[in-house]
Amino acid sequence: MSYDSSTTLDSETKEAIDIDRTSGDFKFPERHKYDAGRGLNERTVDYISDVKKDPDWVREFRQKALKVFNEKPMPTNWATEDLNNIDFDIIRYYLSDGERPKRSWDEVPEEVLKTFDRLGIPEQERAFLAGVEAQYDSEAAYSNMKEELSKQGVIFVTSAEGLKEHEEIFRPYFGKVIPTGDNKFSALNSAVFSGGSFIYIPKGVKLKQPLQAYFRINSENFGQFERTLIIADEGSEVMYMEGCTAPKFETATLHSAVVELVALKGAKIQYVTVQNWSSNVFNLVTKRGLAMEDAEVRWIDCNIGSRLTMKYPGVIMKGERARGEVISIALANSGQHQDTGAKMIHAANNTTSNVVSKSISVGEGRSTYRGQVHIPKHLKGCKNNTECDALLINTKSRTDTYPAITVKGNDHATQHEASVSQVSEEMLFYMQQRGIDEGHAMSLAVNGFINDLVREFPMEYSVELKRLIDLEMEGSVG
Amino acid sequence: MSLVITDLHAQLEDGTEILKGVSLEIPAGEVHAIMGPNGSGKSTLSKVIAGHEGYEVTSGTVTLDGEDILEMGIDERSRAGVFLAFQYPAEVPGVSNANFIRAALQARLPEGQELDAVAYYKELYAKMDLLEMDRKFTGRAVNEGFSGGEKKRNEILQMMMLDPSYCILDETDSGLDIDALKIVAKGVNAMRSESRGMLLITHYQRLLDYIKPDHVHVMAEGRIVKSGGADLALELEANGYDFLKEAATA
Repeated sequence: MSYDSSTTLDSETKEAIDIDRTSGDFKFPERHKYDAGRGLNERTVDYISDVKKDPDWVREFRQKALKVFNEKPMPTNWATEDLNNIDFDIIRYYLSDGERPKRSWDEVPEEVLKTFDRLGIPEQERAFLAGVEAQYDSEAAYSNMKEELSKQGVIFVTSAEGLKEHEEIFRPYFGKVIPTGDNKFSALNSAVFSGGSFIYIPKGVKLKQPLQAYFRINSENFGQFERTLIIADEGSEVMYMEGCTAPKFETATLHSAVVELVALKGAKIQYVTVQNWSSNVFNLVTKRGLAMEDAEVRWIDCNIGSRLTMKYPGVIMKGERARGEVISIALANSGQHQDTGAKMIHAANNTTSNVVSKSISVGEGRSTYRGQVHIPKHLKGCKNNTECDALLINTKSRTDTYPAITVKGNDHATQHEASVSQVSEEMLFYMQQRGIDEGHAMSLAVNGFINDLVREFPMEYSVELKRLIDLEMEGSVG
Repeated sequence: MSLVITDLHAQLEDGTEILKGVSLEIPAGEVHAIMGPNGSGKSTLSKVIAGHEGYEVTSGTVTLDGEDILEMGIDERSRAGVFLAFQYPAEVPGVSNANFIRAALQARLPEGQELDAVAYYKELYAKMDLLEMDRKFTGRAVNEGFSGGEKKRNEILQMMMLDPSYCILDETDSGLDIDALKIVAKGVNAMRSESRGMLLITHYQRLLDYIKPDHVHVMAEGRIVKSGGADLALELEANGYDFLKEAATA
């Protein structure tokens, strides 16, 4: 990989490169060949279908979804009123340069390459990843995986390539784990989706290294709507990691993804997210996995930044002895609301689910936990463990917990624990008396609070996580 | 070189005055002990020197080798050389002892300089051996689930690692059995040096059997009411604090 650093860049681009790289707060000028314009109607959706050369069934799928989106009310009867501040008429729903994703970083346009280079993606790919997809606004700029994996029959492409080139595997599962009408934002995604990954792991193939996707928003008033479908065939194993960043814009930006996971008999999928959205992003994401007999789906989720995140990863345990797990960390700083949780739907005997959620509220930040555990009466031997702990950094922060555990029948074991704690003045005094300044002391306390969960993240991500938390905490004390 | 406290007055947020004009000089190389009944202001004095925000200094000065420390933040005072071994050390859940001490040492290095991890562990283990601490201790969260004796030993370990110029030990002997007390005293005695001043705050003479002070002061009702040599502690042990009442009524 190489690029010329200065000769061909205009002044705005040069300026962008000079900004501190410790956060994702930098952007390049927009140069898009395809722009669906502002606002959303049937023509917007047609435009996207035209540009993407959608097959007819996808075209119909999108138009139906648009109707569902328009009909569904905003869920402000239970969720925050802040949702009403999303102006769907000024959002731009599709921006791309019309290029197919490149298989080599050398072919990726210079500014896009610089963006991902600064975020460390090519470096991580060389160091520890089996494959990478890097999405820039609406479409992937780069998508590649190690050659030996394609020889084993692993598919790792964009969703657009998946639905066209692998329709026979893609179509039977697409929109089945999360139906279009699941919620208003899954309907929105179904209407205008672009980008995201399609992954298929053949029977018995166990990936030793993770696959990674990186989602980058570069344009203001833009909506990113990636769609990911991962199918792990019988006895296979895969870990997928995603990272997300956006520069700080003056106005709101929308990210609304749909992620469906299918773990067939005995398969294991781990889906790891470390998001670090800037504080104007509405992040409204629907994620759910289907676990068949003896299969396991684990969501390992870290939510930092964004104006509002609503995300409740779920697992439907449809086969006997299936296991579902959600491990989540949320950090809400001033001006941010992390509304997160988990959905565990037990639909077969002897299924097991585990939810461990830790939230940190700083300044005026707000954290909400919503958990749903459903075990119907006719089942036997189901187990759920739910733990949710909240840490408050000062008295202005707010935390709410809404657990909904519906357990019918007697032959089940569930336990639920919740706690709220504070970084006490005495703890801070103690740490400061040892010479540690207030910001670092807060970071230590927060890192200590989530320490047991951070161990669940791959090592490379846990280092990143710690760094992000340090940055957030240092910025939050005066 | 000395820690000098001059006519220090300090009050709680509600205006209750706790320190009513404390004056004391601890030169480098000397060990001073403050004794006194409960509620005399001994522990408050240590917290005010360290910069606890629950107290307001209304008048008086505290200087460290000539430098006014009352204007400094808590962490700055620590880095300037003041160490307080707490009577009730706080727990820091999820943060290992090794990482905590490391963070405290790292805070003393110039920006951009990383602590040498190999040298750090070598030193940490050597000091732990002296204090007869199990190696497993490094991985345990700071003070979480520690017995009283383990907490006190941990305070002394931190003190040894941070190598402060002035040490204040607040009721370090409380909650210790005699074996633990001997080990803690061994650590403190190992730190006695010509370049370091120490202030022992204690209710009982017991600690002073193992750490011989150069000077003993008696505190009562927010003031130092009597000062003397090491034998003053023995006198208090024999006669108790009753003389204070006589002094007060006289």
